[in-house]
Parts: sequence; structure tokens; C-alpha cells
Amino acid sequence: MIADFGYGILVTALVVALYAAGAAIYGARKPSARAVESARRAMLLIWPLLTVAALALIYLLVNDHYEVEFVYQVTSRSMPFYLKVTALWGGQAGSLVFWSWLMALFASAVTLRNWARDREFLPWVIVVTAITIAFFLAMVVFFENPFARFWQTASGVDAYTFRPAGGLPVTPEDGRGLNPLLRHPGMIIHPPMLYLGFVSFVIPYAFAMAALITGRTDDRWIRITRRWTLWAWLFLSLGLVLGARWAYDVLGWGGYWGWDPVEISALMPWLTGTPFLHSVMIQERKGMLKHWNMFLIILTYDLVIFGTFLTRSGVLSSVHAFAQSAIGPMFFAFIGLTLITSLALLFWRWPDLRGETEMKSLLSREALFLFNNLLFLSILVVCFWGVIFPLISELVTGQKVTVGPPFYERATSPLWGALLLLMGIAPLSAWGRSTAKTLGRVLWKPALAALLVVAAVYFLAGVRNVVALIGFTLIAFTGFVTLYEFWRGARARQKAHRESLPLALWRLAGRNRRRYGGYIIHISMVLMAIGILGIEVFQTETQGTVQLGEALALDRYTLTYTDIARFDVPDGRNVTRAVLQVTRDGKAVAELHPRIDYYYDSQQPMTIPGLYSTLADDLYVILVDWEPASAVGATFKVFHNPLVNWLWIGALVFIFGTLVAAWPEREPAYVPVRAAATASGKA
Amino acid sequence: MITKAPLSTLSRAALFALLIVAAAFVLLAWQADTVHAQAPTPSDDEVNAIARQLYCPVCENTPLDVCPTEACRQWRELIRQKLAEGWTEEQIKQYFVENYGARVLAEPPRQGVFWLAYIVPPIAILAGAFILYRALKAWNRPEAAAPGVGESEATPVQDEYMARLEEELRKRE
Repeated sequence: MIADFGYGILVTALVVALYAAGAAIYGARKPSARAVESARRAMLLIWPLLTVAALALIYLLVNDHYEVEFVYQVTSRSMPFYLKVTALWGGQAGSLVFWSWLMALFASAVTLRNWARDREFLPWVIVVTAITIAFFLAMVVFFENPFARFWQTASGVDAYTFRPAGGLPVTPEDGRGLNPLLRHPGMIIHPPMLYLGFVSFVIPYAFAMAALITGRTDDRWIRITRRWTLWAWLFLSLGLVLGARWAYDVLGWGGYWGWDPVEISALMPWLTGTPFLHSVMIQERKGMLKHWNMFLIILTYDLVIFGTFLTRSGVLSSVHAFAQSAIGPMFFAFIGLTLITSLALLFWRWPDLRGETEMKSLLSREALFLFNNLLFLSILVVCFWGVIFPLISELVTGQKVTVGPPFYERATSPLWGALLLLMGIAPLSAWGRSTAKTLGRVLWKPALAALLVVAAVYFLAGVRNVVALIGFTLIAFTGFVTLYEFWRGARARQKAHRESLPLALWRLAGRNRRRYGGYIIHISMVLMAIGILGIEVFQTETQGTVQLGEALALDRYTLTYTDIARFDVPDGRNVTRAVLQVTRDGKAVAELHPRIDYYYDSQQPMTIPGLYSTLADDLYVILVDWEPASAVGATFKVFHNPLVNWLWIGALVFIFGTLVAAWPEREPAYVPVRAAATASGKA
Repeated sequence: MITKAPLSTLSRAALFALLIVAAAFVLLAWQADTVHAQAPTPSDDEVNAIARQLYCPVCENTPLDVCPTEACRQWRELIRQKLAEGWTEEQIKQYFVENYGARVLAEPPRQGVFWLAYIVPPIAILAGAFILYRALKAWNRPEAAAPGVGESEATPVQDEYMARLEEELRKRE
């Protein structure tokens, strides 16, 4: 009953979305303000409809309606309430509903903005967002109905949307339960963050398309979507970082990023979204790169769909690919269609998008931004090729190959390093013209400070690893440049306005939040780079089998195995938990409890590490093996991960920086023209 | 010798069972062997050093050293046995490739069409760099500028503050 109701709502939402797209096209072509208004209202109806559908599904999930296939797949009676709710995005069909729901939320929000100055964009923004929603809803309605129920027919038990001829309803006693890997707090917020990032990038894309279609190809679309893009970027970045933390806590291989195809498919839109964020600044300031920005946002949109396709179609099989289905070809067609249409529109408007100024110097900020774009896209090329190569190989040679971490690390580390360096130079270069001399004048102080730090790392800490030394040089340099920028700005204000230094700093950042928020983000990237360099270059590990009372040693740590127990817990797990006493340089510092959780319902074990974490390093212990009957003792794997905490600290700073840059402020009453005369006017 | 076509769940399970049985035999043989051989047993770390470079042949995209399945445990024992027999790292990796296909390696082998994996990205990146170079050169030619635009030095009103700040800084230098 509820299932039929939910399905009916989904179908209604699909019809409404198609109507919204159709009415908007009609309204724009005719032109008819009434039709556009009707489309706008239809768009506003989709989100409430999808909310009802999602609530219906959640109702079925939390009330153990195992006659519904999706509920059976992702929940079980022993699961706590909150996990039953979040199981909504724990499987294919539900996550598509959730995706559509978030997309509708953003589309509604954008529909509600004040359109007075951009009336002509409205219908086309509705068209793009409504078609995107309709596509996802069509996937749900025709291929992946989360409300399909089990029926007993002559050919056996299977799930159908409608009762098959002669079918008898079947209700399993209990569900299979959520994949244990997904029963982690990180997994509860990681997918929504990632999806938020994905869907919110659709908004700038919709405006870009509207700009191309209407021919209003000035930078208005960029100014409107600037904050949307920042928020999208924040969510996407958070999704990536949460995924990394989840992997670190749950997957039990001592790392945070495994270059898994699914991880990469979430990274790829970030690799185009980040340069987009940067290069729109050039368009705003200099009226250049209009084609390029269009191209970047089109690419970002299709990489978002491509990422969803990779993870949802089962075309790859990996730790994430808990879902496989028949929607692959549809996704493929949709990506092809949107890409071709978008690029066709871009070429159609190509002459209108000519730049307004020329590049003056290879060291100017706009030129450096272009190098930044090149580097990001180079990393994208490596990632894209690495992800699809196994598919190509399988198609062409029939032989499947693995493209793993060594491939990506070798190819992308120099590119990341170069990006870090550019992040240090670009903020100091001036718009328009910069020469080696002007640049050198501002760069020599941070460069000198960086060299001093690296000398200390070399002589005092005794680091001889070349990659690490190069990495630390770049990190220190970029870090100092960014801090120096704050200092320079604050000092200038302090002198000009006779303010105290903290107040000057506060006002400086407050008056130009976009710029200084951006610098805070740069600092966060530097902090993350410290963590990444630490774990990538200095990680050590050991594995050994020990008896009670015996110890394993790694770096300055000694781990003594003192106890082990196996017991059942009420939520359907069997837990094997070891106790290790940890000493560092002979001093007791912690007691660790690595464990293996065995989930009865899904019959899967999970390895939960014991973690001792400081700013300097993490000690990460996994219980690999233990058999109660044998006398061979327990096997542990121990990782020593230097500096890795800076990755997570950097992530927090990153959130702060993005909030500083993206927090809404009153829209200034400027007219979007570039006029030399007003530049000297009063503030 | 193992089929390379996508496997159904059933055939995968069958394959898995087969491998376990095979591995069990290997293990038994190995244990019988160790009674005679007096060589020290290779340590877990030595085994992992090789297992890390190999991918689990059944669970995709999982390195062999961290894969928690029973099958992988058996494969790690197989590596230990081969090490004890004096095999080199390369020989062991080759053994896995011959038995389970190229996908057990962390990277495509550097041979034949697989070279494409390594060649295409640098070519694409170089092409991108070339396009950028051409674009910069075109921009540097004054006649490439669109007509009627003389205000390249102008500062948008919105960033007025920034301009002022930069002006102040310039004076200070």
C-alpha cells in the first residue's frame, strides 16, 4: 500500500519534471511569461513530491517491510533506527531517489531567487535542472524502483513493481542488512556531502547553458553562480575528505586514499571544479577565458554524471561497487547527449565569447591561473585514463588489468607538487603585468624562510629523502607566502587606518572575504599536504604473530599483547577484541583495542583498527588473525603514519576558509561594467 | 587458464571454492615440506612486501596484503612458501600473472597494447601544454585583441578595495 503510494508519487514527480522542462521551453520560445511561471511552479512542486516519496521509503525501511526488495537488501531487524533511516542511500535505488531529492532541493532554491535582473535565464535554468531530475527519476521509475516488492510466481520469487499474473506476495522474515562497511558515522554523512557537491554543480552548469542559449554571454552567469559554485565545491571537497577519513577508520589498510576507481570518479569533478573556481575570477576581472570557463563547467557537469554512472552502473567492480544494475547504457547515452548538446551550444556562441583583453605577461596572474588550469586538467587526464583503461583493455584484448596506486602516484605527484608551487607564486603576481623582477621582490622573503625550514628538516631532523625534501620546500614556501600575504595586508591597513594589528587583520579579511577566504583555503591545502607527504613518504609497517605477553615493535613504539576476547553484542555482531599496551620510548602512552566485527546478517567481517593519534604521528593497529582453538597467538599488523593528522586538521581549516569565502553578504549595488573612471572613486 | 570473461556470481563462487581447495593442497604440501626444510620461515613483513604489489584475484581493487578473505590468506601463505623455496620477488609475481592474469599486478604490464596506458596521458598533457602555449602567444599579439577595448588596466568596481590595498602596498615598497 505504502509502496504503491510511493511509486505513484515518483511517477507523478517524473511527469511534473517533464512538464516543467516542456513548459519552460515553450515559455521561452513563444515567449509566454505565463508558461514560464507555470514551469516555475511545477519545478517548485517536485521537491515536496520527492520528499513524500523519500519519507514513504524511510517509513518502509524503519518498519521492517521486507516484502519490499530494497528494504530487504539494506536493512535487518537488528539494525538501530538511525541506520535504517540512512540505509536510504545504502543501496542503488534509494540513493538515486536521494540524489533526485537533493537535486530538486537545489533546483527549488534557485527557482526562488530574485530573478528581476535575469528574467531571460529563468526558463533555461528550469529546463536544464528539470531534465537532469527527470533523467534520474526515469532511472528510478523504469529500472530501479525502490518500491518493488517480492512476488511468488511459477518461475520463483522475484521483485516486481506491479503484481505479476498469478503472483502471491512474499515477505521475508528478516532483511540482509546494510553492508557493514557502510555502518559507520563517516558513511552516514559522506554520501550526502558528495551528492550535495554533485547536484550543486548542476546549478552553475544550468546558468552557463542559459547564458549560451539566450546569448547573454557576459559574465553575469558567473556572478550569479559564484556562491553556488563555492558551496558546491565545499560539499564536494567535504565528501572527498569524509570518504578519506572513513576509509582510514574502516577499511583497515592503514591509508586514506587507495586510488580506487570509485574514489577517482568523485575526484574528477573536483579536478575541473577547482580550476573553474579560479578561472572565473579572470573572466570577472579581465573578461578573458569565456570559452574556457564554459568548457570547464560543461566538463564538470558531465563528470558529475559520469561519476554517478561509474559508481551506480556496476561497470567497475570495487569495494564501493555494492550496487550493480541495468542502468549503465542509459547513463552513457545521457552523458553523450548532454556533452554533445552543450559543446554544440558552445561552438554556436563561440564568436560571442571572444575575450576582451589580451594576455600581457607570462608571469601575470591570469597566465599563472592558466598554468594552474593546465595542471588540474593534466591530473584529470591521468585519472580519467587510469579509470577507463581497464575497461578499454577488457573490450579490446579481453584481458582485464588493474591500474593501481603506483600508476597514479608516479604520474600525478609532480603535477600536485607543481600546483603547490603555483599556489605559492600566483597570489603574489599582479593582474595584467608581472615581471620576474617584481615577482622576485615579493617572493624572496618567503623563499628564504622556506629554505631555512628545509635546512632544519635536513640537518636537525635528519631527513634525507629527496621527495620529502622537495615536498617540504614547496609546503614551507607556499605556507609562508600565504601567511606573508596576510601580514602584508594587515600591516598596510594598520598604517593607513591606525588600527591595531589584530583589528587590521580582522577588517582586512572581512572586507575582502573572497580573497582571504581563498588564502585560508590555500593554508588548509598546505596543512593537508603535510599530512599526505607524511603518510606517503614516511609510512612504515610491520606484521607479526605474538603470544599473550609478547610484544611487537615499530619505530619508537612497542605494543604488548595482553588480552583478547570474543563475544556477541546485541546489534547482531560477534566481536573479537584484542588489548595492546603501547609504550613510546619505554613510557606507557595508550591502550589499543583493534577488533574484528563479524556481522551475522550479512555474514561479513569488518576490521576496526586501534588508533593512537598525536600531532606527530598515528599508530594504527589491525587484528589480522586469531583462532581461539589454536595456540599460535594473534597476528597484528601495525602501521606508523607520521604527520597524518595534519590532513584532518587541514580539512577543518578548509571548511572554515570556504565558509569565510562563501558566506552570503549583501549584493553590492554595482553595475557589472568595467570602467576605469570608477576605480578611483571612494570606497 | 582462468577464464577472463566477466564471471557470474555462481561461477565466481565455484572458482573461489576451487581455489581454496587448491590452496589447501598447496598448504598441506608445504607443511609436509617444512618438516624437512630447515630454512627459516619468511616473516610476515617479507611476505607483505610482495603481496602489497599484487592485487587479490577475486575481490577486485584490493591489494593482496590487506585483503581479509580466506583465499587471500592462503595466497599469502603461498608467497611465503615460494619465498622459503628461494624464489625471487620477480619469479613470484610472474607466477601469479601466469596463473591469474595480468590483473593481479598493480599496473598494466609494460608490453604490447598495454603501453597505451603509459603513453596516452603524457601525449594528452603535452597537447594541452601546446594549446596553452599557442593561446598565450596569440594573446600576446596586440592585433589579437578585440576592438574597442582599451581598459585592460581598469579595475572592476567590486574589487575596488583590493585595488586600493594593492596601491597602498605599492607605495610602501
